Amino acid sequence: MKLQRKNRRALALGALAVSGALALTACGSDDTGNTGGDSTSTAKAGNIDCGDASGQLQASGSSAQKNAIDAWVKQYTAACKSVQLNYNPTGSGAGVTAFLQGQTAFAGSDSALEAEEITESKKTACTGGGQAIDLPMVVGPIGVGYNVPGVDSLVLDAPTLAKIFDSKITNWNDAAIKKLNPDAKLPDLKIQAFHRSDESGTTDNFTKYLGAAAPSDWKYEHSKSWEAKGGQSASGSSGVAQQVTQTAGAISYMELSYVKDGMKAVKIKTGAAEPVEATTDNATKSISEAKVVGTGKDLALELNYTPKAEGAYPITLVTYEIVCDKGNKAETLPAVKSFLSYISSEDGQGVLTEAGYAPVPDELITKVRSTVSGLS
Amino acid sequence: MDISTKTTASPPTPEPPTTEQKRAARGATRPGDRIFLALSRGSGIFLLVVMAAIAVFLSLRASHAISKDEANFFTTFEWNPTGEPPVFGIAVLAFGTVVSSVIALAIAVPVSIGIALFITHYAPRKLGGPIAYVIDLLAAVPSIVYGLWGALVLVPNLDGLYGWLDEYLGWTGIFEWSGGAPRALLTVGILLAIMILPIITNVSREVFRQVPQMHEEAALALGATRWEVIRMSVLPYGRSGVISASMLGLGRALGETMAVAMVLSPTFDINASLLDPGGGTFAQNIASKFNEATENGRDALIASGLVLFVITLLVNGTARIIIERRKEFSGANA
Repeated sequence: MKLQRKNRRALALGALAVSGALALTACGSDDTGNTGGDSTSTAKAGNIDCGDASGQLQASGSSAQKNAIDAWVKQYTAACKSVQLNYNPTGSGAGVTAFLQGQTAFAGSDSALEAEEITESKKTACTGGGQAIDLPMVVGPIGVGYNVPGVDSLVLDAPTLAKIFDSKITNWNDAAIKKLNPDAKLPDLKIQAFHRSDESGTTDNFTKYLGAAAPSDWKYEHSKSWEAKGGQSASGSSGVAQQVTQTAGAISYMELSYVKDGMKAVKIKTGAAEPVEATTDNATKSISEAKVVGTGKDLALELNYTPKAEGAYPITLVTYEIVCDKGNKAETLPAVKSFLSYISSEDGQGVLTEAGYAPVPDELITKVRSTVSGLS
Repeated sequence: MDISTKTTASPPTPEPPTTEQKRAARGATRPGDRIFLALSRGSGIFLLVVMAAIAVFLSLRASHAISKDEANFFTTFEWNPTGEPPVFGIAVLAFGTVVSSVIALAIAVPVSIGIALFITHYAPRKLGGPIAYVIDLLAAVPSIVYGLWGALVLVPNLDGLYGWLDEYLGWTGIFEWSGGAPRALLTVGILLAIMILPIITNVSREVFRQVPQMHEEAALALGATRWEVIRMSVLPYGRSGVISASMLGLGRALGETMAVAMVLSPTFDINASLLDPGGGTFAQNIASKFNEATENGRDALIASGLVLFVITLLVNGTARIIIERRKEFSGANA
């Protein structure tokens, strides 16, 4: 008796699920039926030049620039309806691999290509003597968020940061922190330094900064995985952000847009007279001191982690779009060119600040634009 | 009084079967039988092939990585397969995986047996049914939801327990707490215990329900109390079932990924204290490192997966052996 009732209920549930699924798919097919057909491929909306771009564009890579790409794709596909762009934030490593294997039209990456990868690209992804190049498109300030009750403003410098994240300074009322913050009421509280438990470009760039700006206090190689011992960890920017919000005495590094909800960002004491606040503008200022180290059309950057300029925020991350300078696939080239020229345009870069990133400085973005227009 | 002794006499020696009987026993006489035989044989072989394929895949990819590893794969406390030279080892992961799973079992098994006994022997029928149903529901909650609950509710509320353990049991060294966020192996153990509770409870419940009525009635007739009935007839009868249920639970705990990744603060270090960060688990490490890993990094993660595969095989094998030894009690595992 009981069993029968159960069966009947299961049947009813099953029927509901099936009819629900049918209804959903019906909706889905209606939607796709309406879009697509009515756009002309040479439409020009706003300042986005669609050219003769059309078709599907597959891209993958860095998750650090995901929000920027999302914002761009929204604007771009609204203007160029015949292009469908899928950016899959699989991570820089996977993105570069997929690009080199010819699966994607371009890749996003937190770090510039290695020499071997460029050599490989000549054989695989790029035909006709082309090679893969890095185009800097997004600047992301890495904020150092902290949660110390009663401390609304905190100044730290690179050696102190290095010691905190290496578990050498373990209490908030340490003399080194007091010296940098003479006016703050620092509590007697254990420092809980959080780092990323997953591999991440943010960790790579943060440890690059520590190694460059505090070489005597940070002995570890920069790496996507955290090398130092001690401290606590959590997964993803959102994970560490949540831990800092939850835990009194916590400090961690994360993309600036995650520094919110009761967290404050540390001001960094650089070579300049005043401590620098973590803002998107200040990040752009420090990128203008970066050197282009790529050869040919490759615009790989070497960042200056010890800027002397007033208001240049030193802990930054640059994400690149990786394409071939010559020998891109013929069927995706128009779309890639048109999308990249949009995101490097003034409008495209203007979108970045709203998404929590910083635009690439003028001089550099001009180089990017001319490189993009020469892609073939 | 020993209720559990076998009462059935051994069967008489059978006569050698005739050819017809043999064929009948094989069941391959009518088309329906033949199809069913082919189907079930095919399924059995398919399962073996799948397992073998997994093992081959894991071993192949793992051998790539291990041949490049500059350090001892089993004893190194580091994970840097992309470094120059590549250095990685699974010591920390094996430690974290085994310790967190053992904590989970230590918490979940007594509770599960308690719930199962309550449902089958103590609860009024009106209460037992709903409780069993709720336990079933627990099994249906996706692990990511447990992870969210763990990170947002469990972790922020464990300070009190950790402080208490540190104060009264800190001298053991195992329960020392340095005051960090409570995202250590004990937290993972507690969360995993809740996650494996339903599977152990359900199987135990079924086993306890199958205890022959005669055994219990006999004990009652001899004047045993309800607890004595349970101790003398229900528990011995259900022991092998409970063990295999625990092993099923252990299997789930060993492989649990997302929930662990969300509540643990993994470090590549072994820490005697269960309340301070130290250790990670295989599955958690794979989940958190896979996305950004390069080719060599992936192979290294697959190598660690192979070790987890072997550990799981060993656990299940051990469970089988235990159950074999106690076959006379076996109710649910025939």
